[in-house]
Amino acid sequence: MEAYFRELSDTLCADLAPGEVLLLNYRGEASDFVRLNHNRIRQAGHVHQQALDLDLVRDGRESGASMPLCGALDTDLAQARRLLERLRAQLPLLPEDPHLNYAMEVHDSIHHGEDRLPEPGAALETLLEAARGLDLVGIWAGGEQSRGFANSLGQFNWHSTHSFNLDWSIYRAGDKAVKQNYAGFTWDDDYLAHKIASDRETLDLLGQKTRTLEPGRYRVFLSPGALYELMEMVSWGGFGLKSHRSAQTPLLGMVRDGFTLHEDMTITENHAAGLAPRFTRAGFIKPDRVVLIEAGSYRNCLANRRSAREYGAVVNCADEQPESLEIAGGRLHQDEVLSSLGTGLYISNLWYCNFSDRNHCRITGMTRFACLWVEQGRPVAPVNVMRFDESIYHILGDCLEGLTREHEHILDAGSYEWRSAVSARLPGALVNDFTLTL
Amino acid sequence: MHADWQAVINDFKAVVPDVDFWSLRLVSEETETLCVRDAVVQPPSLVHDRGVHLTFVDRGGCAYAATSALTREGLRTACEQALRWLEPSRRQALVEARQLPWPQHSGSYTTPVAVPWDEWSLAEKVELLQDINRTLLAGDCIVDRQAFLGHRQSEVMLLGSNGATIEQTFHYVIPGYVAVANRGSQTQVRSGGGWRSARQGGLEQLADFGFPDSARQVAEEAIALVEAPECPVTRADLLLMPSQMMLQIHESIGHPLELDRILGDERNYAGTSFVTPDMFGSYRYGSRLLNVTFDPGVMQEMASYAFDDEGTPADRSHLIREGILLRPLGGATSQARAGMAGVANARASNWNRPAIDRMANLNLEPGNSSFDELVSGIEYGVLMDANRSWSIDDSRNKFQFGCELGRLIVDGELRGLVRNPNYRGISATFWRNLAAVGDARSLEIWGTPNCGKGEPNQMIHVGHASPACVFRDVEIFGGD
Repeated sequence: MEAYFRELSDTLCADLAPGEVLLLNYRGEASDFVRLNHNRIRQAGHVHQQALDLDLVRDGRESGASMPLCGALDTDLAQARRLLERLRAQLPLLPEDPHLNYAMEVHDSIHHGEDRLPEPGAALETLLEAARGLDLVGIWAGGEQSRGFANSLGQFNWHSTHSFNLDWSIYRAGDKAVKQNYAGFTWDDDYLAHKIASDRETLDLLGQKTRTLEPGRYRVFLSPGALYELMEMVSWGGFGLKSHRSAQTPLLGMVRDGFTLHEDMTITENHAAGLAPRFTRAGFIKPDRVVLIEAGSYRNCLANRRSAREYGAVVNCADEQPESLEIAGGRLHQDEVLSSLGTGLYISNLWYCNFSDRNHCRITGMTRFACLWVEQGRPVAPVNVMRFDESIYHILGDCLEGLTREHEHILDAGSYEWRSAVSARLPGALVNDFTLTL
Repeated sequence: MHADWQAVINDFKAVVPDVDFWSLRLVSEETETLCVRDAVVQPPSLVHDRGVHLTFVDRGGCAYAATSALTREGLRTACEQALRWLEPSRRQALVEARQLPWPQHSGSYTTPVAVPWDEWSLAEKVELLQDINRTLLAGDCIVDRQAFLGHRQSEVMLLGSNGATIEQTFHYVIPGYVAVANRGSQTQVRSGGGWRSARQGGLEQLADFGFPDSARQVAEEAIALVEAPECPVTRADLLLMPSQMMLQIHESIGHPLELDRILGDERNYAGTSFVTPDMFGSYRYGSRLLNVTFDPGVMQEMASYAFDDEGTPADRSHLIREGILLRPLGGATSQARAGMAGVANARASNWNRPAIDRMANLNLEPGNSSFDELVSGIEYGVLMDANRSWSIDDSRNKFQFGCELGRLIVDGELRGLVRNPNYRGISATFWRNLAAVGDARSLEIWGTPNCGKGEPNQMIHVGHASPACVFRDVEIFGGD
C-alpha cells in the first residue's frame, strides 16, 4: 500500500492552489481476530481497513477530514477531492489559529517490518491443543499494520509491521484465573507450550483454599503487568505539557509542591524502543528518548504540535500520552521477588483503575486474576479480589522498597477501532503499606 | 449524506459464494466536530467512514470478514477471508451454527430531527462556542475551558440471504463544555451542557442539556469547588443526581446483566458477572423501588432503534421489576446459548466489528418522590452530581465512584459544597438500600458514547435515563 499512498499523495498535492499546504496520513490494517471461550472459537474473522486523513492549511488556518479508502484510485481521489473542496470552503470561515504547527523541514523515512507471522489457523490449533482440557478464554489478533505520512512540502514517511497479540486467561473456577499474553513478530510453538505449562502450575495454586483479606495496609509485589495498569493512569494527563500548564496533571504535586518519587524512579518515553511510527501526524520526527522523571524528580513533558507552539516548546511526541514508556530497572533480582516479599500479597494484575483524588495522584482499582498470598517467600493461597486506594507518591515514593532488575516488554492488546501500537518496558515493584479498602 | 449501497450490494451478490446463509451489514457514517478551547478555535474535523461486515454460516461453521474496500475485488477478497475462517470454526465452534439467528423481519427506522445540524451555519456554531468560552472565563483561577459541539449521522443497512432488509438512519448531537479552576495545587473540574453524553435528534436537543445556559453556573461551581472543604469521611445517606445515576446504573446493573458476560465470553477482558443464570426470576437485586427497563423507544436517548444488528425487532422490557431480577441483556445468539429470554441488544460499534451483547437504553423508571421530598427525607448525607471517576471489579460487584460536585445535606436541607466526593459499595447490597426514587420531574436522559467491551475491543454509545435517587448507609469520603 506504500506505492498506493504515494500515488494518492503525489496526485492530491499536485492539485493544490498556491499558498495551500496539505498534510496526509494513511492508516491501514489487515488483521485476523479470533475470539475464544471455553477453549473453543466464539467468533472468527478478518478486518481489512484503510483510511486517509487530510489536513488542509492556508493563511494560518487548518481544517481536517478523514475518509475510508476503497483501493480504487479514481474513486478514492474523487472522494478526497470532494473533501478538500469542503475544507477549502470552510477555511475562510475560521479565525487564524495561533497554535497551528506542522513540520517545515523534510525528513523522509521508510520502515517495512518483515512478515514472519505464522499461519494464524495453525497457531490457533497449537494453542487449543496445548490448552486441551482447560477453560481458556481470550483473543488472537494478528496481521499487518501500516501508517504513512506525506505533505505538500515533499516529505514522505512509511511504517509497516506484522505482529500478533495472543491474550488469554485460563479459569480454574469462579473468578480464579491466570492471565497470560504472548505477543511479538515471530511465533514459537515451544514458547507457547512453556507458557501454558506455567499456567497449569499456577492453576494448581489457585485450587488452594481462597483467602479474603481485611482492609488494611499490606506489603505487596506489583508485577510489571500490574504496574502497567497504574502507569496507564499516571499517563492520563500526567506527562502532557498542556495538562501541566493548565494544572490538570495528576503529578501536580511534583511540579507545584516539590513532591518526589523514590530516587530509583526514572521514567522515560523511549520512542526508539517503541512499536509506533517515529513520525507524527504533522510530520515531526520524535526524538529517541524523552526523560520524564529522573531519580524521582520531574524533568520533561511530552509536547505535541499544538502545545509546542502554544508554550514555545519542541515537539517530542505525537500525542501527549506515552506510547513506549520505560521505567528503569532496580536492584531486585527476579528470582528474589518472593523471598524479598516475605509475607504479603503478590499482585499479578490490577484492573479498572481510576483516580480517587487526582490532585494527589491517588488511584483506586481492583486486584484481578492470580493474586496470591505469600508467606515466608512461598505462595500459599489465592486471594479474593480486593479494592486498593493509594497515592502514586506512596507506591513509587516513600513506600517503594525496590524494583526488579528485569523488565517485561508489554505490548498493548487493545484494539479499539484499530489495533494498538502502544508498548511499555516495566520492572516489577516491591511496595510497603499498600492500602486495601474493600 | 445518503449512502448509495446498490452498487456495493450488486458487487457482493456477484461474488458471494454458495453458503447456507449470509448476512451483509453496510455502515456509512459522517461525523463533524467543533471545539473551542481557551477561546482558540481548534481545527474542525470531518470524518467519513464506510464499510461492510459480512457473515457466513455454512455446514456447522460461522465466520465474518469486514472491509472498507468496497469494490468487487475488495468484496471478493473479504468473502475469501471469511471462507478461510469457516473451516477452523466448523472444527472448534463454541456456538452451534444452528443456534445462530437469521434476521426474519424487514423494516426501517429514522431518528426524528426537528432542527438539522446544517440549519446553523459553521460561523453560528463557532460563535456560540466562543460565547460559551467567554462565559466560562468567570474568574482568574479558570485555567482551562472548552466548549464542544458535534454531530454524527449513521446509516446502517442489514441484508440477509433470506431476503430480510433492514434500513436504519441515526442522527446524534454531541455537545458539552468544561471549566477547570486552580489555586496552588488544588484543581477542580466542572462540566455541563451534556459533556461526555449525547442524544439522538438534532440541535433542538441542546436545550435539554442546558446548553449553553448552564455555562456560567459550571464555571462558578468549578471556582467554588477549589475553595470548598473536602467531602467528609462518613457513612451516611447518598443522593445521586441523574448525571451520576447514569454511571451507577451502567456499571452495577447494565454490565452484570449482559448475558455474554454471564456466559463467560468477556472473562479475559471486560470481566464476568456476579449474576448467574439461576438468579433470573427470583433474585432480589434491589429494594421494591427499583424498576429497570430496556427501552429502545425513547426517541432522544442514544441507543434507540427498531432492530438490533442481528435483525431482532427491539421492544421495551422490564429487566428488574420491584427489585426482582427478571431478564438479562442478551441478544438472540446469547438467548439461544443460555436457553433464556433476553432483549434485542446484539450491537456492533461499527462495520469493522461483529455484534455482541451491549446495553442500549437501560433506564431506571421514575418513582413518586419530588426532589424536595428526596432532600427533606435525609437527616445527614451528601448529594453527588456528575461522574468523574469510575472503578468496579471484574464481577461488577465492588465499586468506587467519584463525582465532580458534592453538597452536604443536614436535617433535610441542602448545605454547602464539598469537593472530591467519592463513595464505594457492593452492587449486590447497594441497590437493596435504595430508599427513595425521584418522580418524572427529576428524570433526565443521559448516556455515554464510550462504553468499552469486547475482543476485539468495541466502543459504543448507550443511553441511561433516571431520576435522582436516595441510598441509605453508604461509605462516603473525600480527597487527601
